[in-house]
Amino acid sequence: MHEMALCEAIVQTLEEQAVTHAYTRVKRVRLSVGPLSCVEPEALKFSFDACTRGTLADGAALEILAAEGAAWCFGCSQSFPITAHGQACPKCGSHQVQVTEGDEFKIKDMEVA
Amino acid sequence: MCGVCGCGSGEKKLDGKALDEAHSHDHGHDHAHDHTHDHHHHDHDHDHTHSHTHSHAPELDGARMVQIEMDIMSKNDGYARQNRERFAQAGQLALNLVSSPGSGKTSLLVRTLEDLKTNVPMAVIEGDQETANDAERIRATGAPAIQLNTGRGCHLDAHMIGHALDELPDTKGGVLFIENVGNLVCPAGFDLGEAHKVVVLSVTEGEDKPLKYPDMFAASDVMILNKIDLLPHLDYDVDLAIANARQINPRIRVLKVSARTGEGMDNWYAFLEAARTMASLDHATMAAE
Repeated sequence: MHEMALCEAIVQTLEEQAVTHAYTRVKRVRLSVGPLSCVEPEALKFSFDACTRGTLADGAALEILAAEGAAWCFGCSQSFPITAHGQACPKCGSHQVQVTEGDEFKIKDMEVA
Repeated sequence: MCGVCGCGSGEKKLDGKALDEAHSHDHGHDHAHDHTHDHHHHDHDHDHTHSHTHSHAPELDGARMVQIEMDIMSKNDGYARQNRERFAQAGQLALNLVSSPGSGKTSLLVRTLEDLKTNVPMAVIEGDQETANDAERIRATGAPAIQLNTGRGCHLDAHMIGHALDELPDTKGGVLFIENVGNLVCPAGFDLGEAHKVVVLSVTEGEDKPLKYPDMFAASDVMILNKIDLLPHLDYDVDLAIANARQINPRIRVLKVSARTGEGMDNWYAFLEAARTMASLDHATMAAE
């Protein structure tokens, strides 16, 4: 399981950005996580509390925003929303589709002091 | 401890030595992550120029919002980009072999090395939690191999690959095979700088594997269906397995092989040849700039 390592990467980013944005404490972090991002949000929340202890983000709230997934159907020439790999076009039922969005995993913004 | 590769924790190893000891100082490996390193060759600028501060009217105790829109995988992606540039510079084809444990990745590599070694320069980076068994099997063919041990880690990342590349001899114009940790879940999310992910599925695993582990099959360009010599002893539906893979990834190329008997391996070698040609074009384009 490596959601712990991902949280450590998040904490590292928070520490680096503290210099650029001149803050000393982080109170809330908002992540944007897409449905195809290979990240397990519950495991992430679990690891976040442990990882932030003793850091500038100690006690920070973690909010995970669900980003949208989308795919393009070559037959219909239209986009449709997706929540996982392997979903068919809801209009024509084809699997000949190209995923265009959904693997996002980023820090959107944070509340600092 | 570096949150991306675990460097400095002592549990990650390169050929038996703790990975932080194996650092070469020329690599400019600095965990303070100072982004002004010139010799790190990172194109980090784009990670920072789009971060901007939005200061709202100050709330109680000076709290304010900072919008950074920063991709968390950007560190690994930065190292992957660096690896990719090294491969292009050497005209080298890099492949990331992924699968569940026991599909036959190492046997496939051993067979490939034995068959092609007189014509093609090749090297291998092996990844396992523990032991150097796989690197030893590769070295027995005469090809150079580096063994990375992840300890409790479940996947290789681009940072570890960068270190391993420092220890390998040049295989200019050849192939670098990276055999990832046997795991159909985690390696899908980690770009190592490879040209292609190649997923190896064996006929002793279920036909529905692609549906059960979609991220890996979606991330791979090639699927090798291995151990086809066993088909007479099994009730395996090859067409169903391929249909499932194509449902997840319509563009995936499927090669049916037996690493043991050699059946179908000529198609794999044809793919390697075509992919090597593409890699040498990357190199030629680079040199022209």
